[in-house]
Amino acid sequence: MIWRALLGRFGISIVTLWVVSVLIFIGTNLLPGDVAAILLGQMATPESLAALQAKLGMDQPGYMRYLMWLRDVSTGDLGMSKAGIAQGNASRIVDILEPRIFNTLRLTGMVAVVSIPVALALGLLAAMHPGTRLDRTVTFSTLSLISLPDFLVATFLVLIFAVQLGWLPSIAYLRGAESGWDLIKALAMPCLTLIIVVSAQMIRMTRATVLNVMSSPYIEMAILKGVPRGRIILRHALLNAIGPIVNVIALNLAWLVGGVVIVEQIFAYPGLAKLMIDAVLVRDLPLVQACAMIFCASYIVLIFIADMASIVSNPRLRHPK
Amino acid sequence: MSALLEVDELWISARKDDESLLPIVKGVSFNVDRGQVIALIGESGSGKTTIALAALGYTKPGLEFAGGQVRLEGEDIITMAPEKQRALRGQKVAYLAQSAAATFNPSLTIGEQVTESTVLHGILNQDQANERAEFLYRALELPEPERLGRRYPHQVSGGQLQRLMAAMALCGKPDLLVLDEPTTALDVTTQIEVLKAFKSVIKQEGSAAIYVTHDLSVVAQIADQIVVLYAGEMQEHGSAKQVVTQPGHDYTRRLMRAVRPPPAAGQGEETLSEHQRQAPALEVKDITAGYGKIKNGASAITVLRDVNVSIERGHTFGVIGESGCGKSTLARVMAGLLPATHGRVFLDGRALEPALAKRSRQELQKIQFVFQMADTALNPRQRIDQILGRPLAFYLGLKGKDKRRRIGELLDMVELPQDFAGRYPEELSGGQKQRVNLARALAAEPEVLLCDEVISALDSIVGANVIELLKRLRKQTGVSFVFISHDLSTVASFADAIVVLYAGRVVEQGSVDRVLSPPYHPYTRLLISSVPELRVGWLEEAMETQEAKAGIDRLVKLTETGCPFFDRCPLAIKGTCDQEIPPTRDLGGNHTIECHRNEDEFLP
Repeated sequence: MIWRALLGRFGISIVTLWVVSVLIFIGTNLLPGDVAAILLGQMATPESLAALQAKLGMDQPGYMRYLMWLRDVSTGDLGMSKAGIAQGNASRIVDILEPRIFNTLRLTGMVAVVSIPVALALGLLAAMHPGTRLDRTVTFSTLSLISLPDFLVATFLVLIFAVQLGWLPSIAYLRGAESGWDLIKALAMPCLTLIIVVSAQMIRMTRATVLNVMSSPYIEMAILKGVPRGRIILRHALLNAIGPIVNVIALNLAWLVGGVVIVEQIFAYPGLAKLMIDAVLVRDLPLVQACAMIFCASYIVLIFIADMASIVSNPRLRHPK
Repeated sequence: MSALLEVDELWISARKDDESLLPIVKGVSFNVDRGQVIALIGESGSGKTTIALAALGYTKPGLEFAGGQVRLEGEDIITMAPEKQRALRGQKVAYLAQSAAATFNPSLTIGEQVTESTVLHGILNQDQANERAEFLYRALELPEPERLGRRYPHQVSGGQLQRLMAAMALCGKPDLLVLDEPTTALDVTTQIEVLKAFKSVIKQEGSAAIYVTHDLSVVAQIADQIVVLYAGEMQEHGSAKQVVTQPGHDYTRRLMRAVRPPPAAGQGEETLSEHQRQAPALEVKDITAGYGKIKNGASAITVLRDVNVSIERGHTFGVIGESGCGKSTLARVMAGLLPATHGRVFLDGRALEPALAKRSRQELQKIQFVFQMADTALNPRQRIDQILGRPLAFYLGLKGKDKRRRIGELLDMVELPQDFAGRYPEELSGGQKQRVNLARALAAEPEVLLCDEVISALDSIVGANVIELLKRLRKQTGVSFVFISHDLSTVASFADAIVVLYAGRVVEQGSVDRVLSPPYHPYTRLLISSVPELRVGWLEEAMETQEAKAGIDRLVKLTETGCPFFDRCPLAIKGTCDQEIPPTRDLGGNHTIECHRNEDEFLP
């Protein structure tokens, strides 16, 4: 039963990924302007335009281009960045992506390592003492932070730590050779911004889910059995709250991979989201497609993991009758 | 020797939104001696659970102690430090809740939950606690005691969970058990088994107990002393025998009257013949239905098999059986909520479409459903007049003044004040909500009313009042009722005809008088003999009957071959009953029994 459930989720994930690939392909082809015209600019003549379009494979019908692209993607070949083709020094998309993926994963990883334990701890603390000053402080501050857009948080942080105090650089400029302290200093501001933004949501979700479970009869039973409060929360309540909490964590991590455009832009951080924006600006469709596919895939993978966690944590599925 | 627990002038109040206090328990005093079972009895809102929880030094959120003492072995537990209270809970005083299904944590193993408190309090180490738990599983006659601890709550039946909760409470050898309606949610057959287990274990362990219930018949079986409560005040206090045989207080006598007599022939009301016409109001022919994916014209799980029933116009048709026998499924098929895979439903002799969506508005109007839980059946965001107005507008096209007038009439009909029209369901009590639920169904002016366990969630007095209302409505309107209940006494007092379902098959049907008098189908006999009677000592007698020994408290199993009741039946014939589908025996007067045994072999 559990394997069927997991296999079913896996199948759904694959189908979703395929549907998404179709949508992305159609979407990018609907974007106005074509790359050949942009590349040639003023020098475009009908002949040179047609020649370049043929070179780029743009004269093929849409479904053929989709199939070719799908074939290449499935073998790991994301194609060539269109932007370089006209000048003859086209680079492979994989090569462009690699350092960006590394940067993004590094940022995501650092944010996750700090925010998940902090969020769980604060959420549980608030849920353990509902209605107290601690709880009200946590609830109020997380609500305010959720309402603040991330660029505002980033701007405030820059104002405090870079402008007023002068402790940290205002942009996360990476030469690639930083290590240790320098790296931490460079990443501190974007990390802090993102930690604040994602933690707020995770704290609230943890608190709400655990509080909801805390009102169930089996918790009252545990109290009446003389179980200490800490054990009630950690053993009786948390185990039943895992599903929703893991899902919120997964959604937030997925957002960190692809949704942090503004934060990356503010700190000039060379991550995936910024790459995609740049690619859109120059109509570099293969690169846009590749980025979009990565974002969607990371959502799907993370949600799949979260689903698995909730399925595995459910004894009804682990031990059918 | 002083009493184990002394409740002394106990006051408990609810804190309202405006911070003012509303007393819920008003100066209640009683003692519990060692080894004694004391019953707190009263309807919901009488404060009985609140008092019982005070024995653990606990109040539900929103309530607080407002005066008096609860002394355990001379020490007041209300003013005790929280750490000391905690040490006491589960060790000296243990609690058993009403719904075991909700009280067991779904994510932890049964063993961990049963032994948790004992191990945490340092009474036993984990190995010793596991041994003790296994000993208790055996004492409570639970299956596979050596492996039970590693299973999860969803893997055992409701009756077993209820007994497991007893094991959980008893594991730490408490001096005092607090039992909060521990059998109310169970089928009669399961209830009798659980009661027996509780009684013998309490005797064995020598613990004292506070037993909370609204059911006097149950109390008579288990209690030494009875405290009768009404609106937080003590009405009567005395020995069980004395309270049951010579109730001193008016309210106790009202409670006694609400206890329906054991089901027997001659209790049903003769229905007026003026409503009778030729064709039955509703007829169900050869219905087979179930749940899950339909493959080759059959559901994955077939619940109902070859069910034939017909409901005379203006009559009440009772459907009885334990949970899992297909009672609600039958109603859902009639209403079209669950299309049958085989067979037809006829209304006034005309075949209905199996699925609700394909039935015409008139057909929908003629069959109305009254659900068990008025709490969930009524939209909490709609006022009563909106709830009642919807069917009036939808089926009858009433608007404005006519609609308002009709809503008023409907409220009158179910004996609710007119100004309830402007209220929301949450402002009503359980019984009042059920009345609104009924009025909503009646608003459509139906010919057939499907009532699914409509009084099961209500207290005995409130339930008895709703039954009186139903009887009156039947006379007034001439509506035919399909009355589903696992409570045989209620059906016996209200229905004209009864069908007994077991595992989706009709095992017996006929007029009330015939079904409830010999010859019985063995299953009907088991059901009848399991209904608790209001007298001390009934439980012991009941456990000695042949049915009880053969077939109480087994899960209802759906079978493809033979008679499903085979493994619980005292008259089963091996090689026949488990192989062949039983024949239908016609005993005359539309009374049929499906059994391999013939008329002379049935037990009286």
